Amino acid sequence: MSAIDLTVNGRRQSVDVDPATPLLYVLSDDLQLRGPKFGCGLGQCGACTVIARGRAVRSCVTPVGSMNGAEVTTLEGLGTPEHPHPLQQAFIDEQAAQCGFCLSGVILTAKAFLDQHPKAGQGEIEQALSGVLCRCFTHARMIHAIVQYAERAR
Amino acid sequence: MTSDAPAQAGLSRRDFLKTSGALVVSFSAISALEPLGLAQGPFDTHASHVDPARLDSWIAVNADGTVTAYTGKCDLGQGMLTAQMQLVAEEIAVPFERVHLIQCDTEVCPDQGTTSGSQSTPTNFNSRNLAQAAATAREALLALASTRLGIPADQLTAADGIVSATADGSKRVSYGDLVAGRKFDLPMDPRAKRKPAADWRVLGKPVPRVDMPAMVTGQFEFVHNVRVPNMLHGAVVRPPEVGATLVRVDEGSVAGMPGVVKVVVKKNFVGVVAEKPWQARQAAAKLAATWTPGIGLPDQRTYFDHIRAQPSRDAYVVKAADVDERLAKAATVVKATYLHPFQMHGAMGTSCAVADVQGGKATIWSPTQSAYPTRSGVAMLLGVPVDSVRVVFTRGAGCYGINGADTVSYDAALLSQAVGKPVRVQLSRKDEHAWENYGFPYVIDQRAGVDADGTIVVWDYEAWFASRGGRPGYDTPGNVITGMLAGYAPVAFTPRGAAEPAGEFRNGSNAAPSYVSGRVAGRAGGAGTIASERVLTHTVDSPFFTGPLRSPSRLQNTFAHESFIDEIAAHVKADPVAYRLRHLRDPRLKEVISAAAKAAHWEPRPSPDARNARTGVAAGRGMSAVAYEGTNGYVAMVAEVEVDQTTGAIATKRLFLAQDCGPVSNPDGMKNQIEGGALQGLSRALGEEVTWDDRKVTSVDWRTYHSLSLGFAVPSVESVLINRTDVPATGAGETAITIVAAAIGNAIFDATGARIRRVPFTPDHVKAALAARRATV
Repeated sequence: MSAIDLTVNGRRQSVDVDPATPLLYVLSDDLQLRGPKFGCGLGQCGACTVIARGRAVRSCVTPVGSMNGAEVTTLEGLGTPEHPHPLQQAFIDEQAAQCGFCLSGVILTAKAFLDQHPKAGQGEIEQALSGVLCRCFTHARMIHAIVQYAERAR
Repeated sequence: MTSDAPAQAGLSRRDFLKTSGALVVSFSAISALEPLGLAQGPFDTHASHVDPARLDSWIAVNADGTVTAYTGKCDLGQGMLTAQMQLVAEEIAVPFERVHLIQCDTEVCPDQGTTSGSQSTPTNFNSRNLAQAAATAREALLALASTRLGIPADQLTAADGIVSATADGSKRVSYGDLVAGRKFDLPMDPRAKRKPAADWRVLGKPVPRVDMPAMVTGQFEFVHNVRVPNMLHGAVVRPPEVGATLVRVDEGSVAGMPGVVKVVVKKNFVGVVAEKPWQARQAAAKLAATWTPGIGLPDQRTYFDHIRAQPSRDAYVVKAADVDERLAKAATVVKATYLHPFQMHGAMGTSCAVADVQGGKATIWSPTQSAYPTRSGVAMLLGVPVDSVRVVFTRGAGCYGINGADTVSYDAALLSQAVGKPVRVQLSRKDEHAWENYGFPYVIDQRAGVDADGTIVVWDYEAWFASRGGRPGYDTPGNVITGMLAGYAPVAFTPRGAAEPAGEFRNGSNAAPSYVSGRVAGRAGGAGTIASERVLTHTVDSPFFTGPLRSPSRLQNTFAHESFIDEIAAHVKADPVAYRLRHLRDPRLKEVISAAAKAAHWEPRPSPDARNARTGVAAGRGMSAVAYEGTNGYVAMVAEVEVDQTTGAIATKRLFLAQDCGPVSNPDGMKNQIEGGALQGLSRALGEEVTWDDRKVTSVDWRTYHSLSLGFAVPSVESVLINRTDVPATGAGETAITIVAAAIGNAIFDATGARIRRVPFTPDHVKAALAARRATV
């Protein structure tokens, strides 16, 4: 056990856990956040995605010890139902979800990618999301929402 | 309000409600205290204490004018919550925002069985249940207002939660004032008048989903997020091989690990409880358990041959006397065999449940489709009376059939009982993938006789499919993996011969193609014209648990039917759309076929496209259609694909769908279902297949079970909704997915002349089909 310092959604947190614990478990259990989700525990689906140090990170396979001092943004840190982030608003506008379980992977992977590549077109966005799953297959609306956001943000 | 008005209108004087919200639940929970004498034994639970014949079981009007409705159907991630809130708002005539819908809490909701089979909209929209309750409530409110205002009910109008005189809007009273949160104490009125579609204000509109903002901002509460005081965390240890049984568990192997509370064993069920989820996961991984070897599995490479040779349970759907004679006399007989693999639900999130079993009572927060059956299954498993179990449906990841939801609910219940504290269990990805109720594999032989002018005169279908377990119902916990591991047997498999079809034509599994007349006992019930028809199915025992997976059997059968009609059309050099229409008589099915073809600017001509070269990338289009379950929704699609004839890769470019599900509750929600169904169907058609070796399942993660990611070049999906308000509502959740594989396969044929008869259409399977094509086709 050791104390790990994180800044999660703008709030400083200190947790006393085994540093090998995956970040996801700290976020969803110790900090009781709902955004990042356990989808596979293998880094294969994206449901656990957070943005840490400016990059999309699969929190289910990221030891929390490697994140000491990091700034972490989860899906709920991006915006709120009352004040959604423009990317989240695009998903609401397009009704781009069904069960919603995959949304951390879809939205945060797209957000981190577009932050780095604001001029990316649809093909590049799809490429960036090639490791993200949605088992309801709301793909068409999701890609459309992301492209809409990217175009508006330019 | 005056004190006697409610009594005159049948309202109970018992006033439980002062406000909405939590008190509403306690209002209904009061009825839980009423005698439970209806139950004949501890596990005969069909008699719920929530009486569906009583209006108060469905609807409560709160003092603040909001409405709380109760339903035994649950939103599994497809948006039904919003659509059924629209339904309630419309029929009772309150603003949409004032409706609160409680789904599948066994303590307060009527038992509507399992949420499955695209039956939620038909069940609650058509003439019974939720919509009828709301209509009954509206009429009761009008009667109350009539007394209050001294105006005959037929001169009153109900809208926006207010009853007013039609002639003078200033004479008015609100619902909240009329009822003041008390019970109606009325029976359901089957004659209560439903609103005509022409008067709809909220139903039929593209109302955005109420849960969408919370979902996209990460605040929605899934069952995975349920936290209760003193809750512990469990993880399960499944057998390493199919059929392996437990020899022993060495509890010392996890002794001293941080947070470990208990190792739990019940026959072949093994689990660990710990203080934190990561501790439970680590302990489950480290626990030393010794198992017998598995029973051994049939060779996957020859599995389709294997199942033909197994003892089977047989059934005819239709059986005309002259099938063999007509096949013998036909100008041409076309034959083909179609193969469909085991596929899995592969829920996006692994299944999760929270159970609190203490003091002989159990509460299960479960994402199950079957709150009431799960309640009785859990009661059997725990050995407690069913009345002491409460199942509270709480949404999980999108559910399209028996994923791990039931089994993890059992897991949590067993672990919680063992430690006497609430326990949350979330399965590992491997446990979810390797131990769920897979969709059925199928082998389908088709033969059709065609006469000299190209008309099909006889259709002969024979199929083998494998099955084990399935829905647990109210009394078969052994149909669920954990129930089986804990010592209950699945429903036994008994081979038997086929009886002659009797009664009426039923095409619930779409085993009969749309093109036959469906003649049973002298009456035709099918969508088509072919009178000489035989449909024979053989069910065989499966090595794996199976169960409904979105469009169970319908999808596999329709792949075979809609591919085969295309093969026959090609054989007689007919346009595939015109050829279908020529053999159909159901006007709704014909209309969706024509509408999809029109949307795609379908060019009438036979397949394959003679202009295409036999090398390089070739483009083609394919049609497919179905009357889902015979009468539960009509859908057709045109798929446009490109086939790389060197690599066997398929690129799907555009999909055009037309659908008729009767009156549309929410057109945007329906389009979302069509799009999702179409792309999910594409993933199943192109890549999804359960694999195994001689002892165990080997498709245990997303590297070994192939789901199309967000990164595949998503085709455009254009959908045409045929909104028909003069017929009953049908399901819309399983229509589109049913027809995808055939549409893609037909498009591959159109592009290349190669017929692919085996799902999934992996590059290897496509290349094999390309290699097998006849130079003359």
